[in-house]
Amino acid sequence: MDYFGDPAQWLPFTFAMLMGVSILIYVVLDGFDLGVGLLFPFADEDEKDNMIAAIGPFWDANETWLVLAVGLLLVAFPAAHGTILTALYLPVAVMLIGLILRGVAFEFRVKAPLSYKSRWNWAFFVGSLMTSLSQGFMLGMYVMGLTWTLPHVAFALLTAVFLTIGYSFIGATWVIHKAQGNLQLKAIDWAKGGIWGLVLGISAISIATPFVSSRIFDKWFSFPEFLWLSPLPILSAVLVAWLWQMLKTMPFSGDRFSWLPFGAATALWTTAFGGMAYSFYPYVVPEKLTIYESASAPESLFIILVGTIFVLPTILAYTVLAYYVFRGKATELRYD
Amino acid sequence: MDAFLLSRIQFAANISFHILFPTITIALGWVLLYFRVRFNISKDQRWMDAYMFWVKVFALSFAMGVVSGITMSFQFGTNWPGFMETVGNIAGPLLAYEVMTAFFLEAVFLGIMLFGASRVKPWVHTTATFLVAFGTTMSAFWIIVLNSWMHTPQGYEMIDGVAHATDWWAIVFNPSMPYRFTHMMLASFLTVSFLIAGISAFRILIGGNTAGVKSALRTAIVAAALLMPVQILVGDMHGLNTKEYQPAKVAAMEGIWETQNGADLLLFALPDDDARENRFEIGIPNLASFILTHDWNGEVKGLNEFVTEDGEVMHPRVAPVFWSFRVMVGTGVLMLLTSWAAVAMMARKTANGNARRGVEGLPRLMLFGFVAMSFSGWLATLAGWYTTEIGRQPWLVQGVMTTEMAVADVPAPLVLSTLLAYLAVYAILLAAYIAVIFHLARKASRGETLKPRVPGSGAAVAAVPAE
Ligand code: HDD
Ligand code: HEM
Ligand code: HEM
Repeated sequence: MDYFGDPAQWLPFTFAMLMGVSILIYVVLDGFDLGVGLLFPFADEDEKDNMIAAIGPFWDANETWLVLAVGLLLVAFPAAHGTILTALYLPVAVMLIGLILRGVAFEFRVKAPLSYKSRWNWAFFVGSLMTSLSQGFMLGMYVMGLTWTLPHVAFALLTAVFLTIGYSFIGATWVIHKAQGNLQLKAIDWAKGGIWGLVLGISAISIATPFVSSRIFDKWFSFPEFLWLSPLPILSAVLVAWLWQMLKTMPFSGDRFSWLPFGAATALWTTAFGGMAYSFYPYVVPEKLTIYESASAPESLFIILVGTIFVLPTILAYTVLAYYVFRGKATELRYD
Repeated sequence: MDAFLLSRIQFAANISFHILFPTITIALGWVLLYFRVRFNISKDQRWMDAYMFWVKVFALSFAMGVVSGITMSFQFGTNWPGFMETVGNIAGPLLAYEVMTAFFLEAVFLGIMLFGASRVKPWVHTTATFLVAFGTTMSAFWIIVLNSWMHTPQGYEMIDGVAHATDWWAIVFNPSMPYRFTHMMLASFLTVSFLIAGISAFRILIGGNTAGVKSALRTAIVAAALLMPVQILVGDMHGLNTKEYQPAKVAAMEGIWETQNGADLLLFALPDDDARENRFEIGIPNLASFILTHDWNGEVKGLNEFVTEDGEVMHPRVAPVFWSFRVMVGTGVLMLLTSWAAVAMMARKTANGNARRGVEGLPRLMLFGFVAMSFSGWLATLAGWYTTEIGRQPWLVQGVMTTEMAVADVPAPLVLSTLLAYLAVYAILLAAYIAVIFHLARKASRGETLKPRVPGSGAAVAAVPAE
């Protein structure tokens, strides 16, 4: 085991990377289906069915990345898991109830008697809203170091709103890709409206983070780090400009490249996420607990790693397979 | 009420809600595979009809299982941080394997299983069904390994108050795992058998008398009749194993306070935890000793052995364990009687004396009986888990840490508010779930959704092709 150097060093690092990747995949993938739920009130009845069809075969697998991310936090960094989740007790409960509501509303709205359908549609929207708001709130609290003071809560409320708008933006880009005709046009409008929330959200967090901790400030604003980090914000700005340009000219003729806005949005999230990960490393509980202090014993991490090496590529392979089988425009969801 | 008690109630509420749905999906996955394979072999449309109906129930149950399962994995952090801090080195890998090997397999292939019948080749669809069934079973396996380890821990050493794994083989194959896993799998198959029997009987009663419904009903009744005796046998072995490793739990299950030879099997009693005695005992002489030791005068340890010198009670509260055990066994006996009676009725010859009567041989009253027992498996399963889990108290991990050591430092009113919110959501969802299953049955009987359709023939391909 000592082959690669000290396992008490590289194992926690590897797991932090894996956890980060899971969270990123989660916020992109579940981001788009949460976003679709958030856009529900703006769509008419037929469009709702279409939007559901656009996420139907995927949402379950998407949510599993959350299970994996929290699972990794739980199994690889048990001490941090306890500290973070007890500090976020209330928003976590709100999120869980939101996830429950939207997850089951999905099934119930098509299976329950027709007269109940609008109620389940409503539950789907409320569930998505509760989930997005609480995740945004937790993000804000996390950035602020998990302490419940008035300014921190105020900031977290702000990030709650921004993340919600961000999710509805990425949801809209997914609908652009999966839908046709009128719904697609509508989705383009939704995306145009949402992009500003996203820009504001990313800016708010980018500006706030360095000022919460001088350690993070120094990581960004000292020389030469500043130089080789500068592509990150520049890339983000380019992506935003490109997205805006695309949305103005969409739909493209023949609907080719309808996936581009979703792709660009994903790239934007990735840069933002990368920036955050850089800021907080090596801490898992901001400024309190590093990944090395809170990690499980190396021998246990190693056992998990062995499984991960076999399982993760397989998971990725058939995630691709499932997206391939259900590629193209969404059609009515049928059990046959 | 203090935060500790409230957290326990909240955990118990959440896990009780969660377990209802895996109990259905674990076995239903295999039953669907059975339907699918029967169809592949015979090309007889009724098997596909059965598949198409039950796959909807599967989807619904699966969704309920997933969302309540996510709640479970957060619970450890929000309410029981001490658990992972103490035994995380062992619980962690087991939970990780559960999530990795199983959930992804299900979650990804589920889409193909549910919505892909006409988009992929028949063998791909059959394989997807198999993988989903296999995945659910694997997740049950890993979580049962962990749960069993909490009852009969081994293969670890304590360093500075933290458990470290020394022997993974011993951890996975801990003494109670084989019994608990087998018993749980059988419980799942029995639950599903009675669910299928009940809903099919309901459909026959309201006049949806198709070949698919009858095949499903017959399959379910025969499965229940075959499995129930096995379940009793495995349950008995499970109890003997518990007697060896957790004698305090067995004493509570049997309601025995004083160590004795030739203990009675109590059919009824009101155990009084404060007075430390039973009231209104009705029992069968010496039977408990016989069951537990296979000797009419064998010795059974009593609860009073598990009180320390300074009066600390190291055994669970007796009444809940005693009663949940009786509810489980009582439900099991009822299942045995109904399924055997039904098989006997189906085996009778028709008037002209040649063929067996099959499902037609079941009187209406019997069909009503099955409808009433649609969810009897849930009752027995929950009762069984209450016996097991409450019976382990005050330990969280037997002999290693008590439940109180794990509890989070969260204010009681906060826990109370989330508990009430969960309970409200669960009550609504449970009512909706049961109502929707019956609604689907009614709809199917009116022939609204189950148009005969051969998957893979091209006729069913959705309006817009995949491209
Ligand atoms: C359909 C469900 C079902 C039925 C009919 C039965 N059980 Fe059961 N039982 C379970 C479902 C279950 C369960 C939910 O699956 C449990 C809880 C934990 C476990 O592994 O199995 C359980 C636990 C459990 C335990 C506790 C083990 C421990 O101490 O941890 C014993 C001794 C038995 N069972 C014995 C029986 C007997 C003698 C039965 C005969 C009628 C029986 N069970 C029927
Ligand atoms: C799924 C079926 C299960 C049911 C119905 C169930 C039920 C319960 C109940 C009723 C308690 C409360 C005991 C008491 O308060 O006296 C409890 C305790 C506990 N069980 Fe289980 N359990 C199940 C499976 C599991 C599994 C698989 C695990 C772990 C992986 C687990 C971990 C715990 C923990 C951590 C506690 C302590 C908290 C408490 O005492 O409430 N349980 N369980
Ligand atoms: C404290 C204990 C438990 C935790 C933390 C837990 C966690 C979870 C999670 C996170 C999921 C959803 C995964 C997904 O996204 O697909 C899930 C589903 C599932 N759980 Fe649990 N679970 C627990 C107890 C149990 C028990 C006791 C059993 C069975 C005996 C069980 C069997 C399953 C199965 C088969 C699934 C597959 C999904 C389904 O059929 O609904 N779990 N569990």
